[in-house]
Amino acid sequence: MFACLHAPGNLALLVECAGHFSPLIEETSPDTAVFDIRGLQRICGTLEKIAAEIQRRVGITANLAIAANPDAAVHAARGLGGVTILPSGREGDILAPLPTYLLGGSPEFARALDLWGIRTFGELAALPPLGVAARLGEEGAHMQQLARGDGSRQLRLRVDQQVFREERELEDAVDLLEPLLFLLSQMINDLCERLRFYGLSTNEIYLRLKLERASDHTAGLRLPVPMLNSKVLLKLLQLELKGRPPQAPIEKIELELMPVAPRTTQHSLFLPSSPEPEKLEITLARIRAMVGAANVGAPELLNSHRPDAICMGQLTTSKGAIPALSPKLALRRFRPPYPAQVWCTDYGKPARIFSPIGAGVVVACAGPWRTSGDWWTGGIWDHQEWDIEIQSMGVSRIYQDYLQRQWFIEGSYD
Amino acid sequence: MWRAHSCARHNTPTSFLKQTFAAYDQQNLADYPLTSASSIGEDKAKMRTTAALIREQIQSTLGAGVEAAFVTGKKAAGEILPSVVGEIPRGALTEIAGSASSGRTSLLHSLLAASSAGQEFCVLLDAEDRFDPESAAAAGVRLSQVLWVRCGGNVEHALKAADMLAQAGGFGLVVIDLGDISGKVLRRIPLAAWFRLRHAVENTSTALVVAAQQIHTHSCASLKIELSRNRALWRGQLPGCLLDGFETTAKCVRNHREQERRFTISR
Repeated sequence: MFACLHAPGNLALLVECAGHFSPLIEETSPDTAVFDIRGLQRICGTLEKIAAEIQRRVGITANLAIAANPDAAVHAARGLGGVTILPSGREGDILAPLPTYLLGGSPEFARALDLWGIRTFGELAALPPLGVAARLGEEGAHMQQLARGDGSRQLRLRVDQQVFREERELEDAVDLLEPLLFLLSQMINDLCERLRFYGLSTNEIYLRLKLERASDHTAGLRLPVPMLNSKVLLKLLQLELKGRPPQAPIEKIELELMPVAPRTTQHSLFLPSSPEPEKLEITLARIRAMVGAANVGAPELLNSHRPDAICMGQLTTSKGAIPALSPKLALRRFRPPYPAQVWCTDYGKPARIFSPIGAGVVVACAGPWRTSGDWWTGGIWDHQEWDIEIQSMGVSRIYQDYLQRQWFIEGSYD
Repeated sequence: MWRAHSCARHNTPTSFLKQTFAAYDQQNLADYPLTSASSIGEDKAKMRTTAALIREQIQSTLGAGVEAAFVTGKKAAGEILPSVVGEIPRGALTEIAGSASSGRTSLLHSLLAASSAGQEFCVLLDAEDRFDPESAAAAGVRLSQVLWVRCGGNVEHALKAADMLAQAGGFGLVVIDLGDISGKVLRRIPLAAWFRLRHAVENTSTALVVAAQQIHTHSCASLKIELSRNRALWRGQLPGCLLDGFETTAKCVRNHREQERRFTISR
């Protein structure tokens, strides 16, 4: 048997009330909760007594319906005021006067019923099932079954928000990485087991270390894909702690894994192989520890005309046109640009250049191109660019910075 | 148009696609009978256009990787990387050498573009932090598929990272850009380091490419490409003058055989 409580805008209260009678609760809609009351008859007695007990517990004006299947209970609670008990086998009779809009369904289904002049559950239930199925398909047959108060389904149970967090207070402060990793491995294993039990993975790890006579040390790892391999997670934490070790002995460890749905991939027969995400993440963590986290990633162009406006992003596949085989002119950008001394002709054309990477006479040039921007913020730039060919240096891009009144070599064409 | 699930009726998808393509070719031959000598050229051109159209349709439906199924008598896309200077071998080390403005970076960008267009992930180990994503994107490189490691002038870091990423596997192309590192520093790299890198990519589908000013890998490299700029191409007169590109000569040495190719790098 199932009980349904319906009260507009009071779902939390309804769920709390239902929780006193059963752990199996479905939040059907923002104003309706259904729960399983099988077995309560042995404690409370008849269905009427159970209904009275629920009414007493809920404390607000709410419709209550008890039926043998959840859908009949939901429809009765939504359509009939007060307490309704639907005896098994008589659901259709009690639900018959209810309007068909309570059934829900697609707009096409509602339009068809409207055209036919079917207004109530009873009218829909009285139609020949084969005719309904032939005209309205599977949906029509299902809706007719609901209108008769038949059918059975499992409750879509409400799951509490799980927190995957472990804390460990240490009797003696730990000041070495190895014993800390030993403790962390136990905690990660426990958390991964819990995640596995709920069929979840993680893509974020948060570690907080309470230090002796120092402020807390925190570390956060964001993984590109959901993972559940405790060895990989431990290795990533180890590399993070090696790169940025705590400044004092550790008194308390707090570790939290953020739960997400596990990764599902469908490999294509024709797509080339790509790096394994777990293996790649460990390799990247090692490289980040070596060259710095800001120096590793997939480049992304920013929406700006500022020279070298880029940032680092994540590796992902993308689609685009298939490029031509012939190479396009590329620039090798000097970071930072080299300062240079440039002598110009009377017409402002560069004639000679002297810089730390070379000097010589300009044999050919193109320009100038004026670029400026961000004058509305602090990061203003104002350049005049030239492409120049120098006998000894090749072809370079130079610019005059009007703000600094200085020439620079931005890069060389290669 | 064919659908992927049609492959189930055949032994392999490749055989299915080959048969289908052959059938279409035959149909095209029937549509264009060689009636007179004068019309042979036109017919061939029409057939080529139709074949290219069909190939494009198949690729757009099933992915770019199926192209290898139609290539007969040539190495499949899994074994080589196409480029303007010839085929770049996978599972081997290729070295590109040349002075400034010789076209090394343009060639690297075209390789990255070719590899990333095939849905592969690529690595660019940038020893001197010289990579310009803007010009790479203009050359057709899909930036989101390129892992850029900026080593800040440290060659040792670049080689270590290359070794780690080659060992991790799964990349279509690993590029080590040592283009502005002085020869004095590069000569200090022991030959064993290059052998180790070559060994890491052997029997994989990863093409390892090193770009420098001079040849340093010697016998480790399966293909050595020496680039030299013939002249810079300028268009027009000042003030409307424009840098149009370079005319470059590539000397490719493969299996002790030398081949020279000339190509143009355009803007």
